[in-house]
Amino acid sequence: MENVSNQQIIDALQGQFGEEAIYGIAESHGILQVTTEVEHIVPMLHFLYQHPVLKFQFLTDLAGIHFPEAKGQELGVIYHLHSLENNVRLWIKIYVPIEKPEVPTVTGLFATANWMEREAFDFYGIIFEGHPNLIRILNVEDMDYHPMRKEYPLEDATRHDKIDELFGR
Amino acid sequence: MSEVALVNNPNVGLDKTPKSGPYVNELTTLNLGPTHPATHGIFQNILTMDGETIVDAEQTVGYIHRAFEKIAERRPFYQITTLTDRMNYCSAPINNMGWHMTVEKLLGIEVPKRAQYIRVIMMELARLADHIICNSILAVDTGALTGFLYVYQWREFIYEIYEELCGARLTTNMGRFGGMERDLSPVAIEKIKKILAELPAALKEFESMVVRNRIFMDRTQNVGAISAERALNYGFTGPNLRAAGVDYDVRSLNPYSSYEDFDFEIPVGTKGDTYDRFLVREEEMWQSLRIIQQAMDNLPEGPYHADAPHYYLPPKQEVYRNMEALIYHFKIVMGEIDAPVGEVYHSVEGGNGELGFYLVSDGGRTPYRLKFRRPGYIYYQAFPEMIKGSTLSDAIVTMSSMNVIAGELDT
Repeated sequence: MENVSNQQIIDALQGQFGEEAIYGIAESHGILQVTTEVEHIVPMLHFLYQHPVLKFQFLTDLAGIHFPEAKGQELGVIYHLHSLENNVRLWIKIYVPIEKPEVPTVTGLFATANWMEREAFDFYGIIFEGHPNLIRILNVEDMDYHPMRKEYPLEDATRHDKIDELFGR
Repeated sequence: MSEVALVNNPNVGLDKTPKSGPYVNELTTLNLGPTHPATHGIFQNILTMDGETIVDAEQTVGYIHRAFEKIAERRPFYQITTLTDRMNYCSAPINNMGWHMTVEKLLGIEVPKRAQYIRVIMMELARLADHIICNSILAVDTGALTGFLYVYQWREFIYEIYEELCGARLTTNMGRFGGMERDLSPVAIEKIKKILAELPAALKEFESMVVRNRIFMDRTQNVGAISAERALNYGFTGPNLRAAGVDYDVRSLNPYSSYEDFDFEIPVGTKGDTYDRFLVREEEMWQSLRIIQQAMDNLPEGPYHADAPHYYLPPKQEVYRNMEALIYHFKIVMGEIDAPVGEVYHSVEGGNGELGFYLVSDGGRTPYRLKFRRPGYIYYQAFPEMIKGSTLSDAIVTMSSMNVIAGELDT
């Protein structure tokens, strides 16, 4: 087992996709995270999958996220990759505008992305283009909104006994 | 930028039309579930059958979705523990402690060695309980009820140990940020010693009844097999992945809670079929007993929780007598303590795979985003591929051996 450093991953990605395509580089408890553009995500995952040393061949998880304040980049998708051979993890993030939340699917590479993408679609309304069966998975079919978005408060808005200021929320 | 060649993955989306056979145009649709005794939980499988052969299957999950990720965005961190133990309720302490370790990582709390060892003991007991359920129910699904009764009483006994530590049996809410809520009591130690002494005999009896049983072997060998490549592509983790021959175990690859102190082996299978999954779980039970034995022998002295007054509830007697304890008690219970800004991913080896917690904190009192990586939800996707071409009775033992738990599918 070779030791793959996070710098090596950054160098490989920047060498392939150009320096301007990889930004938002940070490290969190040893896990590298990078942000990229939507058009790079599918080639990037394929590149990392086929890379002779890095071998990011395991998609641990795929999480949607919503930042209402970030105009033009409201919805995000976070790909949690894991290189089992090198025991290195990597997060790749992409952001899309809420008016046009379109992201290419990665089910062509990872069969496991199927339900993960359906879940992100169900809760955040992110459209994964090319997904074989993009329908709701956990919520009822006739739901007409995406409940994990921040504009939907959890508690009933008509209740007066739970005022946010009093609870410091 | 140069072009990247794309990898071809042909197995996404199954072909729904039968290519050959006498009943090419006579397909039957069979609903297995939502409340079918063989599914062991509430989820539906719509099977398309050609006679006795399964041509296609489609799973439906979500009947007990409880919006845990959304609820978590409004709850203080310590109240989320009760959500986690409702996911994989067969091994609730692992979920609780995985969540505690995630938050400790965010807060930077160092947990004392004794608390880590008690956690290991409880997590391995939970793994034993989980595997006892899975394997003995698999035996029941193939028609062997007796072996189930031999080992099931020990699962009940493990629940008594939980009760000794946290007062609850199924939804345990065990432990706190920074350690355990109470030390191992003499009764708990006695019970753990009893299980170490007496479970092996029951397990041996169960194995002698099932492992080399011709009927059981015929029902499970080469049934629901999956190759290592497909298993990895489907995101398999835990015993199901190891049965396919990949030795990925979070406990050894990314040790947490002092797992590096213990000597244990990771069993792997070769074919990834139902029989291999059964054997891997059997062997893991023996390894769990080994780990518990080592942890009990080397249990360090010292405190059973970290000195983290902002996050660890003070003892109740102190709250009535000591002003500071009262303040901390109030602040913790009202959820008035802000967490630092950060992003954390922590994973533990759950009963059926890598249980991950992805936590995004914006510096508030609640998580900004919390994503649970539930192993069962991820690997259950492969079910149609695993049963395609087999018979209905094979589908039932395959599902049983995958250890799919409804609470985990739906968060």
